[in-house]
Amino acid sequence: MQMPELTPNLMFFGALAGLAALTGVGVVALRDPVRSALSLVLNFFMLAGLYFSLNAEFLGIAQIVVYTGAIMVLFLFVIMLLNLGGQKQSIEPRDFKVPFSLLLGFGLFALIASQLFQPLMHITKVATPSDWGSPQNLGVTLFTEYVWPFELASVLLLLGLVGSIMLAKRRF
Amino acid sequence: MDSVPLVAYLGLGLFLFTTGAVGVIVRRNPIVVFMCIELMLNAVNLTFLAFARYSHATGGAATEQVQQSFMAGQMIVIFVMAVAAAEVAVGLGIIMAIFRMRQDVDIDKMNLLRG
Amino acid sequence: MEALQNLNPWLLALVRVVLIVGFLLSIVPGLIWWERRLLSWMQDRIGPNRVGPYGLLQPIADGVKLFFKEDITPSSIDRLIYFVAPAIALFPAFTLAAVLPWGPAQGAYAYLTPIADVNIGVLYMLAISSLGVYGLVLAGYGSDNKYSLLGGLRASAQLISYELAMGVSLGAIVLATGSLKITDMVVAQEGALWGLIPALQNWNLFTPFGFVAMVVFLICMVAETNRAPFDLPEAENELIAGYHTEYSSMKFAVFFMGEYAAMLVFSGVVTAVFLGGYNLLPVNWEAMNLGFMQRVNDLGAPVWFIGKSAFVFSCYVWLRATLPRLRYDQLMSLGWKSLLPIAAANLILVASWIVVTEIYGAMIGWGFLLGAMFLATLFFLAMQRSSRALESRELLLVDEAQPRTIELVDPGKAVS
Repeated sequence: MQMPELTPNLMFFGALAGLAALTGVGVVALRDPVRSALSLVLNFFMLAGLYFSLNAEFLGIAQIVVYTGAIMVLFLFVIMLLNLGGQKQSIEPRDFKVPFSLLLGFGLFALIASQLFQPLMHITKVATPSDWGSPQNLGVTLFTEYVWPFELASVLLLLGLVGSIMLAKRRF
Repeated sequence: MDSVPLVAYLGLGLFLFTTGAVGVIVRRNPIVVFMCIELMLNAVNLTFLAFARYSHATGGAATEQVQQSFMAGQMIVIFVMAVAAAEVAVGLGIIMAIFRMRQDVDIDKMNLLRG
Repeated sequence: MEALQNLNPWLLALVRVVLIVGFLLSIVPGLIWWERRLLSWMQDRIGPNRVGPYGLLQPIADGVKLFFKEDITPSSIDRLIYFVAPAIALFPAFTLAAVLPWGPAQGAYAYLTPIADVNIGVLYMLAISSLGVYGLVLAGYGSDNKYSLLGGLRASAQLISYELAMGVSLGAIVLATGSLKITDMVVAQEGALWGLIPALQNWNLFTPFGFVAMVVFLICMVAETNRAPFDLPEAENELIAGYHTEYSSMKFAVFFMGEYAAMLVFSGVVTAVFLGGYNLLPVNWEAMNLGFMQRVNDLGAPVWFIGKSAFVFSCYVWLRATLPRLRYDQLMSLGWKSLLPIAAANLILVASWIVVTEIYGAMIGWGFLLGAMFLATLFFLAMQRSSRALESRELLLVDEAQPRTIELVDPGKAVS
C-alpha cells in the first residue's frame, strides 16, 4: 500500500483523530472521574469536528448540544453531587484484570481490523452529495421515511424521563 | 474530505470502541464505566457516518438501496443519540439510588444477585 | 466595499473577528459603569461619580485595582481545572457573537457581518451557550471549597433546565421563519406586518407567538447568564460568592468580564431574533416612498443594533433592581413547570398555525392562532391553580391556643 498524499484535509483529519484517540485513552486511564469526564468532553468535541469533516453538519452540532451540552453536564453533576471525585475514590487496585483486558482489547482490535480493513482499503472517494447532512435533508428524511422510529424514540425518551424521576424520588 | 480513506475513520472508530470496552472491564467507578459505554456508542456513530458518507463507492454498481443508504447512516446516529440520552438519565438515576442505599458505588461490591 | 471583496478571504475573516472581539472587549468596562449607574439611579443612590466625568473611568480604576491585587492560589486545589475554568467561562460569549448579524448583508457592511453565516445558526447558538456551564462547574469543582462546589452544582442543574425552554422557544421562531440562519430571521422580520400591512415590518415581537417566545427566551437568558434574580450559583449571602469564591485578582476579573460580555451578546441575540435586528423602526421605508430614510436605516445599522442590545442589557439591570432572588425549588418549578410547557405549547401552536394558514389563508390562520392561544392560556391558568392548591401548605410557627408565658427559673433551686 502506498502512503496517501499529505493534503490539508488529511492533516486536519489526522489532528482531530489523534486528539480523539488521545482523549479516548484519557477517559480510561485518568484516575479522577472529573478528569475522565473532561477528557470525554474533549473527545466528543473532536468527534463533532470529524462529523463536520464528513459534511454531517447537523449531527456535528447535535453532538455538541446533546453530548457535551447535556449528557456530560449531567455526568459532572452526579459526580459532584455524590462527591465521587475525592482522593478516597481514586484508589483503584491494579489486579490481573488490567493486563487481561488489555490483551482482550488488543485481540478485538486485531480481529476486526484484520478482517475489515483489507477489502475496504481502496475506498478513498466520498460519493454522497455534499449537502447530505444539512438540516433540510435530514428533516425531510426523518419525517417521511423514518417517522415511526422517530415517534418511538420520543416515547422512549418520555419513558426515560418518567423512569429517572421514579428512581431519583425519595418517597413514593 | 477527498483523499482521506474510509479505513482511517473506521480505524479511529475501532480504536475508540476497543478503548471503551477495555475501560468497561478495568474501571470500578460505575460513572466512569458509564462514560466508557458512551465512548463506545460514539465510536459506533462515527463508523456509521463514515460508512454512509462513502457508501456509494462500496457497492461498485450503485443499486437503489445503496443510493438510499446514505441517509440511513445519519438516521441511525440520531436514534443512537436519543437512546443514549434516555440511557444516561435512567442509568444515573440508578447510580443515585444505589448510592443512597449504600453510601458507596464501587461496582465490584454490587454483588447482591450472586447466589 | 470593493476593496474588501478583493481581500484575501483569511484576512477578511480576521478583520471580521477583530471587529467583534475588539468591540466586546472594549465595551465591557462601559457596561459595568452603565449597570452601576443605572442600578444606583433605580435604588435612589448616586453611584460611582468620583473617577472621571460621571464616574466613567471607574471600571478602569477597578481593573487596575484588580490587576494589582495579590493573586491568591489556594493550596488544595485541582490545579489544572482551577486555572482552565476562567478561560472556559470567557470563551462562549465571544464565540456566540460569531453568528450575530449587526448590519444588512448588502450595502456598506457587506462582507463584514456576520463573522460566519452558518446555516445551522440557531443550533450553533444553543450549542455554544450550553458550553458556558463548564466554566462554572469546573471552577466550583477545582476550588476544593464546599461553597464553590454547591455553586457549581446549582449552576449545572439550573443551566440544563433553562437550556431546554430556551431551545424550544427559539424553535417557534425557527418554524415561523423556515430557516435556522439568524440572517434569514432578520430578513424575514422585514416582511409585511402579519403578512397584511406592507408599510410596517413584521418583527417577531409583534406576532403573538413571537411575543410569548420572547418572554420565555428573556427569562431563560437571564438564568443562562446567572444574573439576578437567577444568580443562585453565586448567591453571595448563602454561598459567599459560589463558584468564584476562591478566585482572586485577574482570575476573578476574567469571570466578571465573561459574564458581562455574555449578557451583551445574549441581548444581541434577542435583538436579532425578536426585535428586528439592525432596523431602526418597524417601518418599511421603501413601501412608503421614503428611500432617504431607508439609506439612513442601512447606514446606521450597527448603531441601531447596539442601541437595541443596550436596551435589553438595561432590562437585565432593571430585573436585578426589581426582583429578589428565587429560592431553589421556585427556580426549578419555574423552569420545568411553567416555561417549558409554555414554550412547548407555543411551538405546537405555531406549527398548527402554519398548516392552517397554508390551507385556509392568512385571516383564518390568525383567527385560529389567537383563539388557540386564548384557550391555551385558560387551560394553563386552570392547571396552575390546581397545582398551586396541591403545593400550598400552612406552617404553624406559633400555636395561638397555647399560652405563651415564660417561666423564670430560680437559679438557687436549679442547682440542687
